[in-house]
Amino acid sequence: MISVQHLVKHYRVHERPPGLLAALRSTWKRDFQTVRAVDDVSFTIEPGERVGFLGPNGAGKTTTLKVLAGLLHPTSGEVRVMGLDPRTRPTELLRSIMLVTGQKQQLLWDLPPVETFELNRAIYEVARADYARTMDELVTLLKLEDLVKKPTRQLSLGERMKCELAAALVHSPKLLFLDEPTIGLDVSMQSVVRAFIKSYSDRHKATVLLTSHYMEDVAALTPRVLVIDRGKMTFDGDLGVLVRKTRPDKLVTLSFGAPVLPERLAEVVGLTVESSPLHAVLEIDAVAMKKVVARALEGLPVIDLKVEDAPLEEVMADFFAQKGGGA
Amino acid sequence: MTAALTALPRRSFVRTGGIVAALARIAFAAAIAYRSQFIVWILATNTPLVMLALWSSVAREAPFGHFGERAFVAYFLLTLIVRLLTGTWVVWEMNLEIKDGTLSQRLLRPVHPFLVYAVDNLAGIPLRVLVSLPVAVVVVATVARAELTSDPLMWLAAPFAVLGAWLISFSAMLAIGSLGLFWESSIALWDLWFSFYFVFSGYLFPLELFPRWLLRWVAVSPFPYTLSFPVETMLGMTSRADVLSGLAKQYAYGVGFLVLALWLWRRGLVRYAAYGG
Repeated sequence: MISVQHLVKHYRVHERPPGLLAALRSTWKRDFQTVRAVDDVSFTIEPGERVGFLGPNGAGKTTTLKVLAGLLHPTSGEVRVMGLDPRTRPTELLRSIMLVTGQKQQLLWDLPPVETFELNRAIYEVARADYARTMDELVTLLKLEDLVKKPTRQLSLGERMKCELAAALVHSPKLLFLDEPTIGLDVSMQSVVRAFIKSYSDRHKATVLLTSHYMEDVAALTPRVLVIDRGKMTFDGDLGVLVRKTRPDKLVTLSFGAPVLPERLAEVVGLTVESSPLHAVLEIDAVAMKKVVARALEGLPVIDLKVEDAPLEEVMADFFAQKGGGA
Repeated sequence: MTAALTALPRRSFVRTGGIVAALARIAFAAAIAYRSQFIVWILATNTPLVMLALWSSVAREAPFGHFGERAFVAYFLLTLIVRLLTGTWVVWEMNLEIKDGTLSQRLLRPVHPFLVYAVDNLAGIPLRVLVSLPVAVVVVATVARAELTSDPLMWLAAPFAVLGAWLISFSAMLAIGSLGLFWESSIALWDLWFSFYFVFSGYLFPLELFPRWLLRWVAVSPFPYTLSFPVETMLGMTSRADVLSGLAKQYAYGVGFLVLALWLWRRGLVRYAAYGG
């Protein structure tokens, strides 16, 4: 579905110090800096895969998505999307893909979203019967009944994002590029959007490439992740592998039925990440975990026990720290 | 030229017609939504009325060249109509969209942005006709009736001359707007174009009032064909042969600017930075 070989994208950016003198000087002499937004990145994505694209701000994620969508021309390297060169923006490709960004929208600002849906139906030449079926499905799944006839400018951010997704899917694209689709949304709206993306991808066997700073998006949607940092690919593989490789220790949370003194807690389980008389959180490696948990169950009034990986945000922070970057 | 034109989507006429109809319907709905802005724009196009008042008072004392008071009234009312029908603003839209990255949304759709810009612009014409039609009726029914041509062939040519004037203005704007992909902003170049347009299109005064030596130079530029030519056609100020050769020059300029715009657009997209999300 997607093949990227040695992709390089450099920008030439004008820089100048603040102040009037610098502004005047820049009218006849300009200093430019070359920003290596993407630097020799290679990967392939198979049809139907859902892949997360992770990295700190300015890592090159959005630039790569824009190259794949045909908006940016690479400085060098070879990119094929559905076997086609996105630089030439062939109609066949544009009819099969969609890029949804949380920051830029295609909805017509002064008209109700249903007008954008109708426009897309005409532009993508979707048959009326197919359009009616797709819209029924989208309106139901995204709960849009009360929104589609109001002017877009009068919708909340979350409502607009849901309508934006619907507008992007009128032509049932086989390949979805999602750039921060849940940015600025509240927790419940994030969850709705996330569930919808997963459901759409499953039902239409659509390929999804997603960037997000919300690790819940990544954990819920994309088993495979590509990690990019300062333009270079630093990881390509299973999310679980990334977590185990970066933070092999497990977090064990113990809840007690009666208060436990700190000395007793230290004696039975050793060091804790955090503790109170009625609960304790330990971070221990997989090998030692069985023994420590057995000792806790035997020597402490444990009423509940939870074992989990470290939060993904912490894992990623550690990952970038280990790679010498900064998230 | 062939390469540039083949970049346009290859689809059947009927399918393109369906897309154009949908774009026009949406653009018209948007024009209505922006009705207050539209009215302000209409009011801002009142320069010909100011010039009418000015030149009429000058001609009241004595005719100015071939122009008496009535001729000036007819000239400037027709100027207002042609200006209302052929005015475009796409260069500002293009510059803004290039700068803030909104252009990306257009590029993602399988329809050439030039076609969308053109339909957006033309969809505003029905509203402009609402304004210009009463003016036209006033012209025909009152003072200036005698000044209009009675030659039916001139009236046959007039709509083509108005369309040609729009084509030159719109294509030149597309070409200058496409330069926004190379420069940080190409608005300044449009301002330069517009300053020439103001003087050499016949917007401020009839070109006949220019000295002959200057008129010869102005005649080879595109500016007279953006306004003065259709107005003079309706006033019967040119011969049939001159109208035909004028139409040929007008469409040559229009197509020439369109080809230039497509060429600049294709090269400019390589440099497009798609900033802003």
